[in-house]
Order: sequence, then C-alpha cells, then structure tokens
Amino acid sequence: MKPLSHVVIGSLLILAWPSAHAADGQKIFNQGGQNPAAMACLGCHGPDGKGIAAAGFPRLAGLPAGYLSKQLHDFRNGSRKQAVMEPLAKALDDAEIEAVSAYLAKLPADAAADTRRQQIANDPVARLAIYGDWNRLIPGCVQCHGPGGSGVGEHFPPLAGQPAGYLVAQLNAWRDGSRSNDPNQLMVNVAKAMTDAEVKAVADYFAQPASQEVKP
Amino acid sequence: MKVLMPTLLLVAMGTAQAAPIAMEDQSQLKVPGVQAAPQFVPPAESAIPDNAFGKMVREGHALFVDTRRLMPDAVGNGLNCSNCHLDQGRLAHSAPLWGAYPMYPAYRKKNDKVNTFAERIQGCFTFSMNGKPPAADSPQMTALSVYAYWLSTQAPTGVEIAGRGYPEVPKPEGGYDFKRGKQVYEEQCAICHGGNGEGQKVAGEYVMPPLWGKDSYNWGAGMHRINTAASYIKYNMPLGKPRSLSDQQAWDVAAWINRHERPQDPRLVEGSIEKTRLKFHANDGVNLYGQKVDGVLIGQGIGG
Repeated sequence: MKPLSHVVIGSLLILAWPSAHAADGQKIFNQGGQNPAAMACLGCHGPDGKGIAAAGFPRLAGLPAGYLSKQLHDFRNGSRKQAVMEPLAKALDDAEIEAVSAYLAKLPADAAADTRRQQIANDPVARLAIYGDWNRLIPGCVQCHGPGGSGVGEHFPPLAGQPAGYLVAQLNAWRDGSRSNDPNQLMVNVAKAMTDAEVKAVADYFAQPASQEVKP
Repeated sequence: MKVLMPTLLLVAMGTAQAAPIAMEDQSQLKVPGVQAAPQFVPPAESAIPDNAFGKMVREGHALFVDTRRLMPDAVGNGLNCSNCHLDQGRLAHSAPLWGAYPMYPAYRKKNDKVNTFAERIQGCFTFSMNGKPPAADSPQMTALSVYAYWLSTQAPTGVEIAGRGYPEVPKPEGGYDFKRGKQVYEEQCAICHGGNGEGQKVAGEYVMPPLWGKDSYNWGAGMHRINTAASYIKYNMPLGKPRSLSDQQAWDVAAWINRHERPQDPRLVEGSIEKTRLKFHANDGVNLYGQKVDGVLIGQGIGG
C-alpha cells in the first residue's frame, strides 16, 4: 500500500500538470490526451474531422473553437449528455480542450450550399428550413444557422455537412431533455415544436447539400 | 376580479379599434397593446397564380427577403425588409404587409401629405434602409407593391385589422433605464446582434442585422423611437421567443439600443441637429435625438 503522501503528491502533480505542459491540439486529435481515457478524436470523427456519416458521428472540422470548447465543457458538467463523450471530455483538462478546439476549428471543411432566402419555397421541408413555421414559433433554421446552414459566429454551429443521424439525434436530445446547453434556451422550444417527420426531413435537408434549393 | 376588469376593458377597446377609421395619421400607428387575436390569414404560397401576376408576386417576395443584395442602389445599410417584418411580411404583430397595404392611400404627418402605398415604401428605403428609394413607378416598387397586395388578398380596405403594426407597450411608470437595458441587451441580444450592436455576417453578408452604427436604420426611421422599438422587441424578439421580455425590459433595452449613434436623419435641417430635433423629433413619440445623454449629444450621425 502506498503511503498517503505519495498519493497526495501524485494528485498534486496531476493537478499542476495542465499549466506545466503546452497542450498540442493536433496530437490530441490524432493520438488522444494525456489521460488515456481521452481517446483520439479521429477514431470516431474521421481522419479529416468531417465525421462518419454512416455512424452518425458528427463533423468537427471547421466548427467554431468557442462552440467546440463549450460542448466539451458541457459534456463534463452534464448539460449535454452523451455516453461516449462524457467520460472522454472529463479526461481532458482545460488546456487540452482549448488546444483541440482551436485545432479542429482550423481544419478545412466543405462549404455550405449558397442558398439564399429569396425564392418562395413550395417544398414544405425547404420552407421550414428557410422560413420556419411561425404559427408554432419556429424560425427558419438558416435565420440563426446561416445561409445553407453554414453556421454563424460561436453560438450557432454549422448544420451543413453534419450527418443526418447526428442532427436527428441532437433535435431529439433537446426534445427529451438530454441536451439542455443551448444559450438562452433558443433551441429547445424549436426542437419541441417540430414533429418526428420534420426532424428527419430537416436533418436530411442539411446533410445533403444537393437536395437544397438551387440558387436562382 | 381586479385583474379581470382591465382585461375586459382592453378587450372592449380592441373591438372598438376594429371599427373603420378613415384617414387617421399613419405616421406612427396607434395599435392597442392587447387586442382581439388576429383573424386574418394571408394566402398560402401554393395559391400564387402561375401567370404574369404570380411572377411579380415572386419577384416582390425576393426583394422583400433579400433586399440588400438585390437592391444595392436603394439600400444604404445592412438591412432587409424582412428584418422588421418577420416571416416574409406575413406575421401578425410584426407590421405585416397585409395590415399596411389595405390602409393606403393614407395621410401621414411625417411628410404631411396623402401617401400612396409606393410612397410609403419609399419612406422605408429613405429611413429604415438609409438608402435612396427607387422611383414609384419602377419595376422594383411595383413588385414590392404587388407582393403586399397579394398578401392582403381578401383583407378589407381602410380597416385597422387586428395584428397590424406592432402592439403598443405602455411606457413603464418609472420610465426606462439604460443600465438595465444594457444588461438585458448583453444577456438576450448580444448573442446574435453582437456586443456592439454590429450584427453578424457570413461571407460578408449580414445574417443577423446590425442594431446601431453605420449599417443600421438612421435617425429618421420609426424604429429610432424607443416606444416603437419596445413594441417591436416585446412582440418579436428574441427570435422565436416573443413576449418573453417584460414591458419594462422591452423599454429598457429599446432605450439602450436607441441611445447609440446611427446614420444621420436625411431630413437634417440646415446642418443643425437642434433644428432637426425641433422640426421632426420633438413630437415624434419617445426618442433621444438631439438630447444629451451623460453629457453627450445624441443624433450626431455616423458613417456615410
């Protein structure tokens, strides 16, 4: 049995570690964090960070660093629940979260479709995505997430290029309460106002840029 | 019961307001805060006829929601019509086009004449869009008028129908407070409109509109009135969460937004803010133009 002092010293070393090492975002992405429980991102999110659509693992490449960092912190504090990511985020220290978020934000991503709020949308899915349904207080997705779902600033992540399975899972997570980390509760009521069929259709709409309305 | 009585009174007022009123001043709409639920439903997109008229409806719609990009010569800031008229000009309590079109032609004290609907839209371009309005008989103005007319299909003319304009939010007894307004702004608005009211862009185009500064509405726009902005905010903001702010919060944050500089009033009288204040702002609702706040004169204008 180890003397208690060794355990304490060990803990202190671990606590002191974040400030002592310069976290390397690329290394965390490729090989994982200092703590072996912090597995390499690329295993699930793909070597290019663009996600694995078939599995519903999300794209991280080109997402805003502030958004990624907030999500990792929220996995830690429980306001975003996800069985795989929670222990993984808890195994990353603050410096590592900052570093890997900054690295991911710089990874190249495919451009969102250049869809404009311009044409009257006859297709109900396009209408919901572009203009919303105000009888149910649903703004158009692109009004906050940008043209074609490009993402806007740090708080409104891209929808374009995300696997449909991931988008469906997130909308359902807001509806069932397992995700509650939206700023000012801007997303939760929108998700709850949507039907199952709309959740699926809108997810497909943004996951497949080809299905988007053509630019006039 | 004490609560019920004022409600009943207001409901009764709402009914009285629905009676036709001819040729009231349409500069600053008097819209009761609590009124009968809007009944009017604008036509569905699928009802647009497939002919020359329908084509013009679609063109007007495109200009309405993508104004800045499609009419760069007419729009001098970063705004689209649909920024102040939500849901493509369809939404009740968001100054819907179907509440405006059937009220024109109408007298407006703002320019002291009877205005056609086209002239009313020109006012939007001059002030809210800080630009140069297209000619009243231009194809663009025709398209915008046709879109408004189509949205008003089967609406009665000359009737103040429920849902028009922005419902009045009574001025709180204690007035408004900039400090509280700043706090509301930072907590509720900055996430979209930016810490300095600058809005947010994607690829050089505004997605979230600027609320002050050179790319926002100018000092002659109706929205520069604190009472009008409070009404708009209370019933339309944050996007998707209308009526979530209290009356007090709406006034406080409207005052905070409208104490910031924006493009000069294009009606500037002989280069004098004071003369402009006396002529155009002294009797125009609650506004800060030409007044001093914390020792600084408001209304100096910004940008070109």
